[in-house]
Amino acid sequence: MAQHGIKEHSHGGDVPIQTRNLRPRSTSVSDFPEVSKLQEIWRYLPIDKLRGLDQEVMGELGQEAIELVLAPGVTSRWIESSDSLVGTAGLPEDRVSAASWTNASKTLVIEIPKDLEVNEPSFIRINPASVDANALHIVVVAGMHSNSTLVLDHIGQGVLGENIEIVLQDGANLNFVTIQEWEKGSSHVSAQFAKLGRDSNLKHVVVSLGGDVVRVTPSVELSSPGAEVNMYGVYLANTGNFFEHRPYVDHIAPNCVSNVAYKGALQGAGAHTVWVGDVLIRESATGTSTYELNRNLLLTDGARADSVPNLEIETGKIEGAGHASASGRFDDEQLFYLQARGISESEARRLVVRGFLSELIQKIGVAEVEERLIAAVELELEKAGV
Amino acid sequence: MATLEIKNLHVSVQTEQGAKEILKGVDLTIRSGETHAVMGPNGSGKSTLAYSVAGHPKYEVTDGEILLDGESVLEMSVDERARAGLFLAMQYPVEIPGVSVSNFLRTAKTALTGEAPALRQWVGDLREGMKNLKMDSDFTERNVNEGFSGGEKKRHEILQLELLKPKIAILDETDSGLDVDALKIVSEGVNRAKASSDLGVLLITHYTRILRYIKPDFVHVFVAGKVAEQGGPELADRLEAEGYDRYLKASA
Ligand SMILES: Nc1ncnc2c1ncn2[C@@H]1O[C@H](COP(=O)(O)OP(=O)(O)OP(=O)(O)O)[C@@H](O)[C@H]1O
Ligand SMILES: [Mg+2]
Repeated sequence: MAQHGIKEHSHGGDVPIQTRNLRPRSTSVSDFPEVSKLQEIWRYLPIDKLRGLDQEVMGELGQEAIELVLAPGVTSRWIESSDSLVGTAGLPEDRVSAASWTNASKTLVIEIPKDLEVNEPSFIRINPASVDANALHIVVVAGMHSNSTLVLDHIGQGVLGENIEIVLQDGANLNFVTIQEWEKGSSHVSAQFAKLGRDSNLKHVVVSLGGDVVRVTPSVELSSPGAEVNMYGVYLANTGNFFEHRPYVDHIAPNCVSNVAYKGALQGAGAHTVWVGDVLIRESATGTSTYELNRNLLLTDGARADSVPNLEIETGKIEGAGHASASGRFDDEQLFYLQARGISESEARRLVVRGFLSELIQKIGVAEVEERLIAAVELELEKAGV
Repeated sequence: MATLEIKNLHVSVQTEQGAKEILKGVDLTIRSGETHAVMGPNGSGKSTLAYSVAGHPKYEVTDGEILLDGESVLEMSVDERARAGLFLAMQYPVEIPGVSVSNFLRTAKTALTGEAPALRQWVGDLREGMKNLKMDSDFTERNVNEGFSGGEKKRHEILQLELLKPKIAILDETDSGLDVDALKIVSEGVNRAKASSDLGVLLITHYTRILRYIKPDFVHVFVAGKVAEQGGPELADRLEAEGYDRYLKASA
């Protein structure tokens, strides 16, 4: 369904990208060049705001900055990062991720035991309360046939380099939500790696609401048949925010399903968001079904949304593959229709923005997160005076 | 008792070649309780007239006046016009993703009356209105116009007409794209709205078909941005028999 007044991006003239799985992977910082705008993966990011996250040496986030509220049955423990569990879901593909990896000597492990089914969500709340560059490593293991929800919540002020590994064993079902609601002065680079077992199902949700720099790169490896991932993102960017989301789905095994949908609303001069969605369907991934979508609504002049879908297909034997990406201003026709029914312009704008995001907000499936997001949308709209 | 007066209305749109005049001096007066049919060939400017009265930003009024009970409508924003009692049933209603029909209708009603409608009364009116228009009750949970068929969109416009109770309604080709059954249902809706209030109607149409169900008091033939001829219902019968050719030749 096409949004009125939204221009589809043209993909003509794109430089062919390097096949996604050929990117170097390493835990060693020296294997990656210094961060520079000349590299595609860093071309959009304001590098001066990395605040030390790209250096060889940084601190390690103290355990006192992490609050755990876990559902009954869900466990946590700290292990040495030399443990073989670390690295099961993936390895760094960029310098900041490698630096965060090597500087985190301990790793937080969250385990959802086999067969555990819990409705109530578990929370990992992170509030560094410091602007020193710090590293954090978390491994989440969802046991066989478990069914649970885990919310990783980032608040306060912080400069954080993160590696999050998510392992779904066969038949596991996990709703994983990562929220970035940082205060001003914060920079956050989070590399997230998920590896899905046979017939497992991951819902991966990214909610970005605040921070000078927020970069989340969730990579999902579909290497066992029958796995399904739904990746959703909702973001609200204001003046002073740079949000970059780069979801990547690697279809390796046959008969897997991936669905990626990110939507953002931007307002204020200098608000900038980047979405680069990579989907790779390897030759072995027959019967794949995939769709990726990104839409951005620019509420005011001076905001910028970059949106780049990349779909690489190495086999013809797939169920379906598609992508859509669009960024646009308010649709005047929608506003006119609402106003012609007596609704004031500001109320009409609210309805349109809420409507635009609500489809995805409803998919989060964690009531407190949905409510918080709806409240954040209201607050933002109020700020903009729309 | 309301009166909408359109006097010597000239309207232009911006095109790549500059401003293009579409309405070239329209005079029309509609009073409460009256039904006026505006009939004209494609491209004659009927929708332009409707949009200009409603205040669509695309249309620039370069001369003339639009008055509602003596007050200039041109000074009002789109929503102020609606709150003053004007209603436009659109030829092509717009989809609004993520906004449910029930939320939309309640928000509109609240905006028009200045307070939220009493819940029980409102739910009753809504249910009744939908039943009359043979709309499924699950419509209220769907997003505004999203995935509606052409006929469903038109019924939804008339549902709004009945619930929002304007003083003067402009119906822009509400009949187009409807089969005979749907045409009857929609016409009954308009007639109900007329019976329950003192609604004045400006019915824009291309065909005489709908005039079998909604009886006009006046018929205006619209050609090349102006009223070319006006008369009573008999003028519609003549158009039915002769078509617009006579006027088109005269205007060419
Ligand atoms: N943005 C525009 N640029 C150029 N011409 C326009 C524009 N908008 C409207 N027009 C022209 O104005 C004229 C009147 O259009 P309008 O939609 O009012 O006609 P109409 O009588 O409602 O036609 P129909 O019976 O097809 O609904 C048409 O010739 C149309 O092409
Ligand atoms: Mg028209």
